[in-house]
Amino acid sequence: MSDEHGGRPLDGNGPPASLPEPPETEDRTDAKGFSRRAFLKGAGVTVSAGVIVTEGLLEGASATPPAAVAGPGPTPIALKINGSAHRLEVEPRVTLLDALRDHLDITGAKKVCDRGTCGACTVLLDGKAVYSCSVLAIDAQNYAITTIEGLAAEGELSPVSAAFVEHDAQQCGFCTPGFVMAVTAFLKRHPNPTYEEVTGGLGGNLCRCGTYMGVREAALDAAKRLSAGRA
Amino acid sequence: MADYKWPAADKRFLIGKSFTRLDGPAKSSGRAKYAYDVNRPGLLHGKMVFSPHAHAKVKSIDTRAAEAMPGVRAVLVMFEPGKEVLWAGQEIVALAADTEEQARDAARAVKIDYEVLPHLVNDPPPGNAGTGRTQAGSETKEGDPDGAMKAAEVTVEGTYGASVITHCCLESHGQVAEWQGEKLTVWASSQNVTGIAGELSKALSVPAANVETVTQYMGGGFGSKFGADPWGPACAQLARKAGRPVKMMLERDQELMEAGARPSIYAKVKAGAKKDGTLLAWDSESWGTSGPQSGGNPPIPYVLRPPNRRSKHTAVLTNIGPGRAWRAPNHPQCCVITMGALDDLAAAIPMDPLDFFLKNIEMAGQQAKSYHEELLKAAEMIEWKKKWRPRGTKEPGPVQRGLGLSIHTWGGGGHQSNCNCTIHPDGSVEVAIGTQDLGTGTRTIIALVAGETFGLPLSAIQVNIGDSKYPASGASGGSTTVGGVSASTRRATTNALNELFAKIAPSLDAKPEELEAWDGKVRVAGNPGRALTWQQACAKLGAAPITASGQRTLDLISSGVGGAQMAEVTVDTETGVVRIEQMVAVQDCGLVLNTKTAESQVFGALIMGVTYALYEEKLMDQQTGQCLNPDMEFYKLAGLADVGRFRVHMMTGPGYDERGVIGLGEPPVVSPGAAISNAVANAIGVRVPTIPITPAKVLAALEGAPAARRA
Repeated sequence: MSDEHGGRPLDGNGPPASLPEPPETEDRTDAKGFSRRAFLKGAGVTVSAGVIVTEGLLEGASATPPAAVAGPGPTPIALKINGSAHRLEVEPRVTLLDALRDHLDITGAKKVCDRGTCGACTVLLDGKAVYSCSVLAIDAQNYAITTIEGLAAEGELSPVSAAFVEHDAQQCGFCTPGFVMAVTAFLKRHPNPTYEEVTGGLGGNLCRCGTYMGVREAALDAAKRLSAGRA
Repeated sequence: MADYKWPAADKRFLIGKSFTRLDGPAKSSGRAKYAYDVNRPGLLHGKMVFSPHAHAKVKSIDTRAAEAMPGVRAVLVMFEPGKEVLWAGQEIVALAADTEEQARDAARAVKIDYEVLPHLVNDPPPGNAGTGRTQAGSETKEGDPDGAMKAAEVTVEGTYGASVITHCCLESHGQVAEWQGEKLTVWASSQNVTGIAGELSKALSVPAANVETVTQYMGGGFGSKFGADPWGPACAQLARKAGRPVKMMLERDQELMEAGARPSIYAKVKAGAKKDGTLLAWDSESWGTSGPQSGGNPPIPYVLRPPNRRSKHTAVLTNIGPGRAWRAPNHPQCCVITMGALDDLAAAIPMDPLDFFLKNIEMAGQQAKSYHEELLKAAEMIEWKKKWRPRGTKEPGPVQRGLGLSIHTWGGGGHQSNCNCTIHPDGSVEVAIGTQDLGTGTRTIIALVAGETFGLPLSAIQVNIGDSKYPASGASGGSTTVGGVSASTRRATTNALNELFAKIAPSLDAKPEELEAWDGKVRVAGNPGRALTWQQACAKLGAAPITASGQRTLDLISSGVGGAQMAEVTVDTETGVVRIEQMVAVQDCGLVLNTKTAESQVFGALIMGVTYALYEEKLMDQQTGQCLNPDMEFYKLAGLADVGRFRVHMMTGPGYDERGVIGLGEPPVVSPGAAISNAVANAIGVRVPTIPITPAKVLAALEGAPAARRA
């Protein structure tokens, strides 16, 4: 069973979290320069900021995109985070996590292992959970990025966050935002999970204080809260 | 007139009920700002350069190339050339640059020349450690251990132990430092917000009044975050040099190499009993490493102390890295050693270990009665008598099932704590203490105690903690925080309430001593019709609020708790993989204030216990002296799928409540290693001598390897 992070296997020995493939069924209104798959096929270039590719170009994504060399110095990029557009200049080696935390003061995603193991930095790209420490900021352009701050307005709680409070699924709280994001993504794909599915599906996040009992209960309860909200 | 003492069970307004933690919404929505999250205008990023050698003389340090790197604003040499580093990871140079990436680049450009010296990075018995590598510890003797051992009808001998593990706090150690003129503010990930302010003031030669430390939230400490550490003053010095605030948090590898190590302890044990199960004698020689220093004298034998006993301890001085206090220092290791040996003794008799422990429980001393109750309660919860089979009873197939038990103790008490309480004329209430919430629920407990005094809900209390500007309170260690802050809060709030009663008594046509606060009202006791709402009562203060203070006193708290835990495991004898099926924990801790967070503490301790019992070990490379797993990929923590089903029972009510408040951070984390180790022995028929119980060690034990211990 794989966890919620980019298809990364539960045993932790698999490849690092990858960017999600463009969804096959969802309506993608965000312009996308090229697919991750095209990149991996050897296009070997990145899209610099300001090159907002139109829907028309998206259809031709299998063709080699125009070369746009970036770096090594600070490069302008554009990120769409929690529905807002942000323009910033970062070196191409800067991770999405560091861009969020150090450049945009969006600090809900935490830096813990910084190597795609613990899940404390989990954010959603186009609704799918990824380890933001293992995604370059420059590669996260043109995805809709959701951080925990985007789940609910300040002073309000998303159903998942509320379930974490109710079931005391947090102690020091440093893993909690990552867990909340992983549960949020997990429940989209498993709206009525079993206890066993929760246990397997949330294996990509680690807690040190030992809040797993609460996390399991919170995930199951959040599923109920969300389905009640849909009804 | 309000009384300090805790109310009787039928007069409790909030105590003992379950409340979600006050800072839960901030944490679960990602809005809580930890030290790592503090971004100040003009912030620089600090990095440190660490020794790659476990033992070496630093010959020279050249920072010129680093100083010339882009974005570098300040460089600080932290180590005096000519001196020796004693572990890989010891800090030599710190620097600050505009971006984290630039700081990392610059750190790589620092040139340090070392003369590499011989190292010791395993933890062998003292006889094999080499000259100058041991330090004699305590040696104690009671009764006649030699005579009793001879008289014993059954004896066992074995080696038991626990290797070095690291704290692996999710928020690494570190801080943000900012100067405004001569005033220094440090946002630190600390268990000691009051204490580190004084430490920084001393290290930097700055008047203490000019130093403010802040820890609103902190991402785990477990005993490793009491001090300012070398990087605290270094960060402040970088900030002063650069004239800009600096954030310097340890990177993950540094965190695991440098910022936390639970000392190892091993022991060769001989224990003897009569055939009827009466424990007679104990003889042990123990050793352990806490890096370059001694880790103190471990309490062996642990909890159950036979009348005839001898124990001798020796510290082995190594280059593994400096030990730090880890939840219940020395107890988990001594528990594994003692409970393992006693479980082996019971198996040799042969006797059900539950019966063996119950038969000898008087040897646990003062708390024998509560241990007796706790063992019976735990046995009932896990259905011990129905499920237990003699050690090594084989089931068909490779997967074997086993049960194990353990008991543990801890002190508690309360650290020094001062509290100020202010009642405002608009009815709002503030409570201020220079303490910190490690995730144990301290903030919530303070509000609960204040709410109990005033008859108000938690939401009516503003709790001001996590800042050295508030009244001084102790470090959060040794399960002393809840004792300290609950006592000081109770006294401060009661003093404030009595001042309020004195002011408003005339308007209720009563004497102050006739008044009581209950459910949002101030009323005449026994005459609830004569009452003012809390707001009406406070409004009578006019313009001046009441501020009263309180200090921790010992009458409200106590020390010395016990607990029993039982584990059910399955072991695949072909792969050596151990799975936790279930665990039960029965725990006393005096008067439980918030049942929800108390239970969370015990659940968390069980999970942390599974992790150190099965996975955690700081692996050292004998050739290079370096840590092999300073990351979270290979320094394993249990995940959700690795923990079984747990149940917790808190011992409360008569016999427990009247003891007052006792802390819970340490005790429940002591037993899991021993209970799991004993369950594995019960399942596979042989002892895996040391934790963590890795598959390789299980297979080695099954093959009869003499020492399944690493190295």
